[in-house]
Amino acid sequence: MSSDLDVFVGNTTLIDEEVYRLWLDGHSVAEAVARRLRGGVLEREGTSVAVLQSDTRDHYRTFQMLERLLHAPPRLLQQLLFQIPPERQALLVQRYYAFDEALARELLGKKLSKGTKKELDEVSARTGVGIRSCRRQFDNFKRVFKAVEELRGPLAENIQQLFLLPPALARDYAAIVFFANSRFETGKRRLQFLSFGDFAACAQSMMAHWSQGALAPEAAEPDGDLPKSFLQDLKELKVLVSDKDLLDQHKRDTSGMGVPVLGGPGFGGSLGGGVPALSRALVNVGGKLTHARDVRDFFVDLVEKVIEPCRSDKWSPGDLRLFLTHYTAAPRNLPGFRHQALWERYMAAISACLLRMYHD
Amino acid sequence: MPGKLKVKIVAGRHLPVMDRASDLTDAFVEVKFGNTTFKTDVYPKSLNPQWNSEWFKFEVDDEELQDEPLQITVLDHDTYSANDAIGKVYIDIDPLLYSEAATVISGWFPIYDTIHGIRGEINVVVKVDLFNDLNRFRQSSCGVKFFCTTSIPKCYRAVVIHGFVEELVVNEDPEYQWIDRIRTPRASNEARQRLISLMSGELQRKIGLKVLEMRGNAVVGYLQCFDLEGESGLVVRAIGTACTLDKLSNTSAFLPACNSPSKEMKEIPFNEDPNPNTYSSGPSTPLKNQTYSFSPSKSYSRQSSSSDTDLSLTPKTGMGSGSAGKEGGPFKTLLRQQTQSALEQREFPFFTLTTFPPGFLLHVGGVVSARSVKLLDRIHNPDEPETRDAWWAEIRQEIKSHAKALGCHAVVGYSESTSICEEVCILSASGTAAVLNPRFLQDGTMEGCLEQRIEEASPPGCGFCHIPYDELNMPFPAHLTYCYNCRKQKVPDVLFTTIDLPVEAIVVGKGCLIQARLCRLKKKAQAEANATSISNLLPFMEYEVHTQLMNKLKLRGMNALFGLRIQITVGENMLMGLASATGVYLAALPTPGGIQIAGKTPNDGTYEQHISHMQKKINDTIAKNKELYEINPPELPEEIIGSPIPEPRQRSRLLRSQSESSDEVTELDLSHGKKDAFVLEIDDTDAMEDVHSLLTDVPPPSGFYSCNTEIMPGINNWTPEIQMFTAVRVSRLSNINPTNQTLNKNFNDLCENLLKSLYFKLRSMVPCCLCHVNFTVALPEDELVQIAVTAVAITYDKNQALQANKAPTEKSQQRASTDNEEQLQFPLELSSDPLSSQPFSPAKEALEGASSHTGIPAAQRATSVDYSSFADRCNSWIELIKLKAQTIRRGSIKTTTSLEKASPLAEGYLRHRSVPSGTNSTVSVVKMTPLSFLPGAKITKYLGIINMFFIRETTSLREEGGVSGFLHAFIAEVFAMVRAHVAALGGNAVVSYIMKQCVFMENPNKNQAQCLINVSGDAVIFVRESELEVLPAPPPAAAAQPAGSAGDVTT
Repeated sequence: MSSDLDVFVGNTTLIDEEVYRLWLDGHSVAEAVARRLRGGVLEREGTSVAVLQSDTRDHYRTFQMLERLLHAPPRLLQQLLFQIPPERQALLVQRYYAFDEALARELLGKKLSKGTKKELDEVSARTGVGIRSCRRQFDNFKRVFKAVEELRGPLAENIQQLFLLPPALARDYAAIVFFANSRFETGKRRLQFLSFGDFAACAQSMMAHWSQGALAPEAAEPDGDLPKSFLQDLKELKVLVSDKDLLDQHKRDTSGMGVPVLGGPGFGGSLGGGVPALSRALVNVGGKLTHARDVRDFFVDLVEKVIEPCRSDKWSPGDLRLFLTHYTAAPRNLPGFRHQALWERYMAAISACLLRMYHD
Repeated sequence: MPGKLKVKIVAGRHLPVMDRASDLTDAFVEVKFGNTTFKTDVYPKSLNPQWNSEWFKFEVDDEELQDEPLQITVLDHDTYSANDAIGKVYIDIDPLLYSEAATVISGWFPIYDTIHGIRGEINVVVKVDLFNDLNRFRQSSCGVKFFCTTSIPKCYRAVVIHGFVEELVVNEDPEYQWIDRIRTPRASNEARQRLISLMSGELQRKIGLKVLEMRGNAVVGYLQCFDLEGESGLVVRAIGTACTLDKLSNTSAFLPACNSPSKEMKEIPFNEDPNPNTYSSGPSTPLKNQTYSFSPSKSYSRQSSSSDTDLSLTPKTGMGSGSAGKEGGPFKTLLRQQTQSALEQREFPFFTLTTFPPGFLLHVGGVVSARSVKLLDRIHNPDEPETRDAWWAEIRQEIKSHAKALGCHAVVGYSESTSICEEVCILSASGTAAVLNPRFLQDGTMEGCLEQRIEEASPPGCGFCHIPYDELNMPFPAHLTYCYNCRKQKVPDVLFTTIDLPVEAIVVGKGCLIQARLCRLKKKAQAEANATSISNLLPFMEYEVHTQLMNKLKLRGMNALFGLRIQITVGENMLMGLASATGVYLAALPTPGGIQIAGKTPNDGTYEQHISHMQKKINDTIAKNKELYEINPPELPEEIIGSPIPEPRQRSRLLRSQSESSDEVTELDLSHGKKDAFVLEIDDTDAMEDVHSLLTDVPPPSGFYSCNTEIMPGINNWTPEIQMFTAVRVSRLSNINPTNQTLNKNFNDLCENLLKSLYFKLRSMVPCCLCHVNFTVALPEDELVQIAVTAVAITYDKNQALQANKAPTEKSQQRASTDNEEQLQFPLELSSDPLSSQPFSPAKEALEGASSHTGIPAAQRATSVDYSSFADRCNSWIELIKLKAQTIRRGSIKTTTSLEKASPLAEGYLRHRSVPSGTNSTVSVVKMTPLSFLPGAKITKYLGIINMFFIRETTSLREEGGVSGFLHAFIAEVFAMVRAHVAALGGNAVVSYIMKQCVFMENPNKNQAQCLINVSGDAVIFVRESELEVLPAPPPAAAAQPAGSAGDVTT
């Protein structure tokens, strides 16, 4: 006696968190049943495998029907088909949009295109995330990206509004969109020590300090793009390295103020020669940002030209912080330097990024 | 021009993309009522159009208002080709036609398409301006309220319960018209939906007219069903109980309804010469409750009464109650006769109610049922549905005579159903024979002393168990004892009923769901031969179903069944029987004896051992069940019992002590003389199977209880979380050579597995109870069995001891009981009838005889016009006034006034919150339940009946997730549409929800499937009891919250 048709529909839609997890992870019904069996449901509830199968199928069907609505979470709130208590709706959305950081790390800065989607097999193998789950998460990234690509205003807030995500998750998505938009290179070997969290934090500080929304909320350009005028202005900072006087002055100021404090072990030796090099690197990174190709290398440059030298000089994170603080503040005393505000806006994000990235 | 219907189309949202090129839709809306159609402008290029139309006004007759649904069609404008339909919304405007219900329908409705399902939503506002015309001979019955609830609705008082109303209308099924060959499936489905909508409107209007004729104002326990007879047509029929209801907040309303001798209900013509093609299934239900043995040779147990001529018509179900005659004294006998005669004048003294005010039911006789097998023939003239009427009239007549044979004058908990396969149709009716309270039949002088007597005679809590029939002249051999509660009157050993457990009944322990399941193979046959073979099978099936029920009842140590519903389903090559009921232990009835097994060949040693092993198992099960259901009746000192009949309790005790040493069982067996022991004789393998199957029923997992009645006996500390659900399973019986046994086992497993999976699904709600578990069986194809279950899971508080928790529940119970108290104050409409009929003048009789063409004895019918009884009329007026006085004396007014204070506020409050506005983004929660109440909540207003019929069809079954995916989506859609309609009426719950039909057909080869679902219920506004207390000071902050936050988490 085989059951051809077997459905259960509640007036309030039943959501089993465990089955939802299994579904999100991309398991087939059979796999899900096997996993539930291993979880010991049978012994706990004294039921049969057939019951478990029927239950799993019911849930899977429900989730499949819900998936369409999950693609536009505000619709989930408005729809009449499933009666789901608000906190359950929130849970559904949150879990659906939650992602594996390992996967997100792999995809950071990549173009969210069909080509990338085809490479997901490898990504799946590298990260240990199921391929179906990879595809779903990739589609989530792409969907969010498409939805906010053209929108004005703060990226994270837009995402939060359109997808009803909790603030932290929305900020992570904002980072993903930001990276995808500027196509920052993150896959290089020397960047492997950086986690998704590091990049997300960098993206957040960059958006916070550099994007137009940060200065004027009614800005014309989407938050995901770095504002052109700002990047253009950054060129002006080159004066700090090109003008010999200014460079010297800057160096003096920094070390002058720094010496009493930066006297720690391993700090002094190379500082004399280091500061001009660091200074040049820091300013040049900014100056290059007008070219899309150079934008991609932003993080590579930071690591190569700032972090690695500092590391080889055995600076502690505290040392770096001190240096950056003083380095940022120093031009205030430079005569004839007219870009103080721009400089500080630039350095605020750079400092935040460097500090976050400065670890093993 | 008695009515103006006004419709406004506000907006749409989430429309489907109709233009692939632009990914947008140019939508407009057609609003149709009757033959008038209006259109909105096209709202170009949007999936969320804002039409904000003017008010479309339809000026129509109220007859039309009742019959027609409002039909809203959303279309996509196409410049070059025909406009594409997106979908439709049908709105039943009936709730707007009576003053106390909804005043406006406004909200988001799912746009439904029979091929694609729900496709977006539309915001609509509907209003009706009614101009009363009282003068004309009316064809409409606006203002008559309908309730699906099978008890007096919570915020009403029954002034008069008039009695049974029925009606049916027939039509050709559009699916079978020639035009169907050339039109699209969508057009055909829509034609069907529209027709059924029209027919149910018409039916409701006609029933309403009957109610008005009876001077009633409402129909309670309204049950409407569709018979899809295929080629031969479409029948929509309904039954209900006409009442005069009085809203509890305006007790002053004085209705002179008492004095209407119920005008002749539509006379149902009797076919003297029955259609030669129809077959009546023998003498109806030979249900038996006796002990019997399988081998005639050894029948020392009570022999089943094989139908003696006289008894053949009586349902042997009769588990009677209260021997009336003697103890009641002459007064009571007189009373009884009068009530009886009063009720007899009525064509059918039936009541579709299942719950009654305490004291209303005097005695319960037992289940009466009748079935008949008919061959369908084409309905040639839709305006003359006589054949179908005659069929039902026949069956009802039979039921009536069964009740009479049980010494009862009325049938309560009455229902009717059909099962159709090809051209064969089984009509079934069942109910519970009962004696109703004659208190209000007497004029004032006698009332006082009589009332005393009656109360003396039938103490609360056990009165209804006392046999109504004469002990010396019993309709069937039954086993009587003195009532274990009052010790004064006789009670049967078991009681079967179709009603809910009366509130006042004294119950020991908890109840449980008991099912009997049965399959019988039948040869495939055509027409008459088929009908004959079915007719022949029916009595055996009923007999077996009954045996199973009895065995299972005993196995649980219980002695009464409530809510019994026996369904016989006919298929191509088999019949299926499924009986569901809720078993309880009534304190008034004797403790059931155990089940004893007797072997056929006593000298075979191994066999004997096997038998005794089985016996031990059975005894163990009984003991375990008693523990599980907490059945430990209070021990009574022997001398008080004074029963002439051997003590059954003793026996059970003995049995338990015997369980360890199985050898003694046989010995004990003999010692009891088999006088009243329940003996199962195993004489062949079949019997062995039966015993085995008895033991396969697994009790629900801990924390779960189940019942099919409104309330679970023994649990009353409900918490407000509820979850209503529908589960459907279709299974293939894959046996090549099926036998009755294998089929039985398959069917049994199917049901048990379904229950098991329900328990598993709802495990997070534990401790909870599945209430109103309603199984429906269908045999859609040769080897397919379809089972649909609708029930509600309600959580209860396990930790609070019953005593301690009294505080919260007591209040509600008190309220309920005061409500009931009030409800009790109604006179049956009979009150006037006996008086008017007593002075029967010969002249009138002659007149009567002359006017009746139907052949019904004049004495049996209510007099149609009564000129003579002015004096009587005065009497009953006086009586009515007395009644009012009594009401006041009893202090029930107090509760009324307090309600008056609370309810308008509550309504306003709720109304405010649940106003479905176009911009409100959160969807308001609508609870659904098959019960007539919501735990922990008070229903403040009934908004009208919800009666919806949907068809869904697909030609891409695989793409929609196969049959399960298709049906899952459809059921979810039906729920959504019900909720949307309720929310648009301003309600927040549906009570007495029922899925009356779920017809599923598939053709996997063609990748097609079709399903029809019919649901109904009462839309209501409820307020949480906790909120009710806060309400007097209306909290503005809370009122501003969206409704979603207020309704608790579930359903």
